[in-house]
Amino acid sequence: MSDTITPVRTIESPYVVLDAQNVDTDQIIPARFLKVTDRAGLGDALFADWRYDEDGSPRADFVLNRPEARGAEILVAGHNFGCGSSREHAPWALRGYGFRAVVSTRFADIFHSNALKNGLLPVTIPSDVHERLVSWPVNGTRPALKIDVGSETLTLPDGTDVHFPIESFAKHCLLEGVDEMGYLLNAAAEIAAYEEAHP
Amino acid sequence: MKSEPPAPRTLFEKVWRDHVVRPATASTPAVLYVDLHLVHEVTSPQAFTRLRERGLKVRRPDRTVATMDHSTPTTPRDEHGRIPIGDALAAAQLAQLQRNCTDFGIELHELGAEQQGIVHVIGPELGLTGPGMTIVCGDSHTSTHGAFGALAFGIGTSEVGHVLATQCLLQRRPKTMEVRVEGALRPGVTAKDIILAVIAKIGIGGGTGHVIEYTGPAIRALGMEERMTVCNMSIEGGARAGMIAPDDTTFEYVAGRPRTPQGAAWDAALGRWRALPTDEGATYDRTVTISASELAPMITYGTNPGMGMRIDAPIPRPDSTSDSADRAALEKALHYMDLRPGERLLGRRVDVVFVGSCTNSRISDLRLAAGVLRGRKVAPGVRMLVVPGSQQVKRQAEAEGLHTIFREAGAEWREAGCSMCIAMNGDSLAPGQYAVSTSNRNFEGRQGKGSRTFLASPLTAAASAVRGAIADARELSDV
Repeated sequence: MSDTITPVRTIESPYVVLDAQNVDTDQIIPARFLKVTDRAGLGDALFADWRYDEDGSPRADFVLNRPEARGAEILVAGHNFGCGSSREHAPWALRGYGFRAVVSTRFADIFHSNALKNGLLPVTIPSDVHERLVSWPVNGTRPALKIDVGSETLTLPDGTDVHFPIESFAKHCLLEGVDEMGYLLNAAAEIAAYEEAHP
Repeated sequence: MKSEPPAPRTLFEKVWRDHVVRPATASTPAVLYVDLHLVHEVTSPQAFTRLRERGLKVRRPDRTVATMDHSTPTTPRDEHGRIPIGDALAAAQLAQLQRNCTDFGIELHELGAEQQGIVHVIGPELGLTGPGMTIVCGDSHTSTHGAFGALAFGIGTSEVGHVLATQCLLQRRPKTMEVRVEGALRPGVTAKDIILAVIAKIGIGGGTGHVIEYTGPAIRALGMEERMTVCNMSIEGGARAGMIAPDDTTFEYVAGRPRTPQGAAWDAALGRWRALPTDEGATYDRTVTISASELAPMITYGTNPGMGMRIDAPIPRPDSTSDSADRAALEKALHYMDLRPGERLLGRRVDVVFVGSCTNSRISDLRLAAGVLRGRKVAPGVRMLVVPGSQQVKRQAEAEGLHTIFREAGAEWREAGCSMCIAMNGDSLAPGQYAVSTSNRNFEGRQGKGSRTFLASPLTAAASAVRGAIADARELSDV
């Protein structure tokens, strides 16, 4: 297997709004779904306790079960998304479902790091922009967003460009489809020297 | 060689600098060396798979230690002394860890083994955890080990793979936050109450991007197990790591443990460790101060650990907060919990009491709970589980007769594991049930689908078990 992953350069898609703050990783994927040894199929468990009834049927009132959510690759969620556990199953479930980006005013640190390693783009925006996205009027067509990683730009449905920050190395990895493991393996000589000096 | 100006440094800065293999640049993060990598069954299988796919070895199996804790049952042993695993998925996951550890030459404390237990309990217990180290694990409560003056934080499974293969991580340097706890705790107020109060103050995202250092006389006065309780929940305030400067309390705890340096190595280590505390004049990016003497036993009322209050306080009213998003979050939480604004929790009936988890399952926690339960009974209709954090804690508790106190009170005395904190191992609440829990998360469904959790200290948990309702342990003698 090579050291490359699929590059993420631009994402253009309608978005769905999950209007909740502090969405923790136990909501993104409850712990009972973590008894797995691979990462396949976790999309079905995404937001399981909000998405399904006791009998496993979809809850009509949950946003992902509404017709307008179909095919949306961008999730707009409330402040402090991904707080809680370190489970990388959270970005695996979001990617498995079909999301390629999450837009919020803040991400929890471990989730943010995990997302970037799985081609799931965390896009941090100011709260006034977030408020606009949450209440964007729907006039026949679903509002859509365009994300350009290279220029660190989020384009709103009305064409307004909003800058968002990406750490420089994470950006390089996304654009070039490089994963961090290869970079670290290339540091082997320095690691060995460090170990020599710190027995 | 250039001589360095003697700039005052924080504990965090010292540990960080000691572990930089390659410094950060504008375009690349630092390569940071990891002294100890702890591994468990849930967040490691996909990382080992990645290693196999790439034909990689584990670089330092001697710096890697695995245990089974999250998906393990805590039910009593069978007549052969084994702990049966009823769940086929969990059994397969545990078998996979065993296979991975065998294939890659990693020390494993398997289910029921002498030193098996919750990963953050066994690290310190074995003397694997020490001052000045960098410690990581695919588990957010790795912050626990910061109690020793280590830089310890949770990582995802991709990073577990990075550490297995290279013993390093790519990291941007976080900011620092001092949480200063002035004064002294009053009787009946514990380390758990300190950290719940801190999180209530800074909020569950308040520490995001920061490493916390806990300072002040109230922190210095804590024993090591209490310090672990404080550092454990740093992540519930959004901070990846929490640290406490090592002192004689630390050295006394560490001395003589199986994996602690011995002889001349001990003397050398002690010299290094004494230089770790934050220098006079060093600064933090942020400082928050709380007064220990003003603290009371704390309890959470909502669905994140920041929704906490004094146990005798009324539940906050959504209309008293000006921020509309905060108001909506509180309304949603109270709806889930089926609680009313302004209501008081004291006296509210509970179904289950759980004493355990990496936050509060050590011997001192069990002693506190047993002290309340001695000569008393768990109220009718209440189920109480006491789950020791490790096999060693279990043996110690049994040597002290604590298990007899629990059993005579009507509580269940279980095998070591994460148990009802994460509810992926057979121990869980039924939908709608209320629990007073000494664990660390009260998220929706955390203790089982539809579960409702009140986070509190072991004293509050035990007192609530006796009353059958939320109770202040300080008032229990009046029953």
